[in-house]
Amino acid sequence: MPLQQSRPPLPSADKRWKLVNATMRRNGYAGHALIETLHSVQDAFGFLDETSLRFVAASLDLPLSKVFGVATFYHIFMLKPKGRHACVVCTGTACYIKGAGALLEGIQERYGVDPGDTTEDDRLSVLTARCVGACGLAPAVVLDGSMIGKQTSDTLIAQLEELD
Amino acid sequence: MHLEDLADKAAEFRAEEAAVEQEIRVCVAASCQSSGSVEVLAALRQAHPDGDQSCKVKGVGCMGLCSAGPLVAVADKGGELVDSILYRDVTPDDAPDIMGSVRGAPVERLRCPTEQPFFSRQHRIVLENSGIVDPVSFKGYVVAGGYAALLQAIIELTPAEVLHEVTTSGLRGRGGGGYPTGLKWSTVAKMPSGQKYVICNADEGDPGAFMDRAVLESDPHRVLEGMAIAAYAVGANKGFIYVRAEYPLAVERLRTAIRKAKRGGLLGSKIADTEFSFEIEVRLGAGAFVCGEETALMASIEGLRGQPRPRPPYPAESGLWGCPTLINNVETLANIPPIIREGGDWFASIGTERSKGTKVFALAGKIHNTGLIEVPMGTSLRDIIQVIGGGIPEAKAFKAVQTGGPSGGCIPERHLDIPVDYDSLKTLGTMMGSGGMIVMDETSSMVDVARYFMEFCMTESCGKCVPCRAGTQQMYGLLDRVARSQATRADLSLLEELCEVVQATSLCGLGQTAPNPVLSTLRYFRHEYEERLADASARASASRSHQDE
Repeated sequence: MPLQQSRPPLPSADKRWKLVNATMRRNGYAGHALIETLHSVQDAFGFLDETSLRFVAASLDLPLSKVFGVATFYHIFMLKPKGRHACVVCTGTACYIKGAGALLEGIQERYGVDPGDTTEDDRLSVLTARCVGACGLAPAVVLDGSMIGKQTSDTLIAQLEELD
Repeated sequence: MHLEDLADKAAEFRAEEAAVEQEIRVCVAASCQSSGSVEVLAALRQAHPDGDQSCKVKGVGCMGLCSAGPLVAVADKGGELVDSILYRDVTPDDAPDIMGSVRGAPVERLRCPTEQPFFSRQHRIVLENSGIVDPVSFKGYVVAGGYAALLQAIIELTPAEVLHEVTTSGLRGRGGGGYPTGLKWSTVAKMPSGQKYVICNADEGDPGAFMDRAVLESDPHRVLEGMAIAAYAVGANKGFIYVRAEYPLAVERLRTAIRKAKRGGLLGSKIADTEFSFEIEVRLGAGAFVCGEETALMASIEGLRGQPRPRPPYPAESGLWGCPTLINNVETLANIPPIIREGGDWFASIGTERSKGTKVFALAGKIHNTGLIEVPMGTSLRDIIQVIGGGIPEAKAFKAVQTGGPSGGCIPERHLDIPVDYDSLKTLGTMMGSGGMIVMDETSSMVDVARYFMEFCMTESCGKCVPCRAGTQQMYGLLDRVARSQATRADLSLLEELCEVVQATSLCGLGQTAPNPVLSTLRYFRHEYEERLADASARASASRSHQDE
């Protein structure tokens, strides 16, 4: 009979670790729950840091290299913290045809950040997405989780300016 | 639950709403939600006079014309979308007017005519409940006749009879490949009994395609029903739905639907007191386009990096955790309940000789009516774009329509009269794909479009095989030179040569089809490439003569 692996202790008293642990428990600590678990880490903490990757690897009894491999393979997982606000510009085909490029240029011109980067004051992260499925509203932007459609560079910058 | 019980239940649910004569339907699918339909729904509920039983306000799935959202329809109970009074661009302030119009004259300033071809030319099978039924209501789906096909299949038909109906229907995979669904099911069914899986591929990665999203958000129970029928036919007891994490609303509605179906006794163990048990689990993608490829998708469900592996063995023989696995696309599975209900022959009577049934298309880009349509196979592209889609806005000229996403190609004006089906699109160097159609007008540069798709394939390549990993990088570099008017004629022929190599030697569909957008734009819009070359040589000779001076 294989030895029952002892689970590692939670990295800190932070309650969010309990959420992560709950996801793993629900899946019986099976290795195939890795992606689900990483999703729940990112939902709770906003990004994946080394502590969380080590904790997940030890809990699911997976090599750290494999966990790191999965975390870096999928675009959705972030290894760096995001700024206070996230602006995701859709670059799907419909948005591309209708001028998503101009939105990104406008942001670059105003804030000097490229997709994937965060402004120096940690105020705004700029990201791109491969089609958010709102092609009827092209070009679409997801600003802090809510979708805003039919944007121009001017209307988008105006909304970004209003963020605190 | 037996068929009679289901009928009783449906009658019971119907009786609860016997007093309702009119429905005010507000689209609560993602596109209308982002234009503010949730607020519209709340405002209408508030404006609804208390105690008025004859009029009901409810959220429904996608009505199709996404660019005019939020859409609100006032209809007779259970009535069709085309017979309703449809309002467009509704704001919460319009709620009292709409409520006041229920038994009086329509609010003309908000009217969106439903006699227009966009609505009247559609033939809805997959989307028959979409825009009519409340997507979060189990009762609503049962009243609309839902789950009767599942019970009919498991109680009255043998798995072989179900397979027969699906084979007769001539249904082909709606995910893009067009593989006959009946054949795929039979292969899995023939494998020795034991652990088998059914997977619903809801990783709709093609940019510009949102058909599956609409089906999942508008009618999630139908996908579950289709999966359960498939599981019965092939002998599986466990299913996974692999959904993109970019579709949070679809994920939420699927989870709700699974919970309610289980409580209703239509999923779980020993369904309808038979030996058939079936559980469904939702798995989230994590933003990798390659996971739409079936072997990569299975790797991702297993918690691994989403990298494809060589086939054979096909998933039907050795799939998820080495077990026989049936993988179907959302729209394919959504076609199953009506096929069981109406019979395979009925389905086969719609469409063309070799492509049966209807197809849902997502119209986007430079077109008047952006949104979702469902038309019989064989409808001409010109009909779809000029008549149903309403043509190109701002009096611009049509240039091309792109189908099949990054694996497809562009079709020019002179081929617009071909009927849309799997085979005719292939002869034009493109493919059906999952159903995204992106229309481009005269202002779009085809070289830029080809470069856009190559950039997409380059970043989405999983890196496992060399032709795709290195080839897409090199092709992108060459296309970039062309687009910047820095390419020579030798670059262009190198590009064409690379296209052939990558097509012939890549491991999976992503690499094999990555050159398609380049090849098809070269085939129909070669002059645009030539023009950029001419620029390049003119500039080169200018700088040479400059040096000579």
